[in-house]
Amino acid sequence: MPEIKWYIFLAVALFCIGVVGALTRRNSIIVFLCIELMLNSVNLLLVAFSKMHMTGKLGNALSAMDAQIFVFFIMIVAAAEVSVGLAIIVMMYRNTKSIDINFLNRLKN
Amino acid sequence: MTTTQLLFWFLSALAIIGAIGAVGSKNPIYAVLWLIVVFFAISGHYVLMNAQFLAIVNIIVYAGAIMVLFTFVIMFIDLNEHPEMPKNIYLKAGGIIAGLCLMIVLVSALARADNAHTVLQLGTGVGLIKYLGERLFSDYVIPFEISSVLFLSAMIGAVIIGKKEPEQAT
Repeated sequence: MPEIKWYIFLAVALFCIGVVGALTRRNSIIVFLCIELMLNSVNLLLVAFSKMHMTGKLGNALSAMDAQIFVFFIMIVAAAEVSVGLAIIVMMYRNTKSIDINFLNRLKN
Repeated sequence: MTTTQLLFWFLSALAIIGAIGAVGSKNPIYAVLWLIVVFFAISGHYVLMNAQFLAIVNIIVYAGAIMVLFTFVIMFIDLNEHPEMPKNIYLKAGGIIAGLCLMIVLVSALARADNAHTVLQLGTGVGLIKYLGERLFSDYVIPFEISSVLFLSAMIGAVIIGKKEPEQAT
């Protein structure tokens, strides 16, 4: 049975790869994919923590279930976010004929 | 090394290789395919941790619905006419250094936490569909219903944003 720290390190590695991708890429679809990657690493960490404190007599089963239900709601919010975000990318492509993330600069004016 | 540990290392390596491939690939289609590999590896982790409900939901929602939506949008946009312009090399190096610094700080801070050596109890039945469903429809029924309103508003918002504007507006 693995220790909790290996799951923490795995989730931190996935999250930081997502951060690097969101900072260095200019294609807005890939930036969006990196955000999905970060959400998934946090989900993995929540599930790992839900299996952490199961050693007592009662086993804290209720709070462990809460963590997994949080993961379920995070997935719901991610699905809604993806549908709106992809609609924004399509609209940006239609107006500027490009999906470069720097074209969003013109939102300033 | 037991079978559980072997599976853990295999799935972790698969997830990290897939994530690096998704971030590093030029073509967004390849990035989507690598990200599907990552999602299957994470679902494997959920099965390993005996959270079957989340494993199934992860495959259906992420690898099924969301990635299909991404591929649909990528095929809708013709990327061959507009290749990605190269970013400033200093900005790229700065992004990589910032991400690595974040990883170093988090790992070194969390490695010496008090609970870092707690062994996970993987075989418990918390993640089974029966118990999660009972809890979702008793204590969490109001957030569950509100999420349906969220989906409705997201759907209407996507339709309104993606709608073609009339010509006389210009």
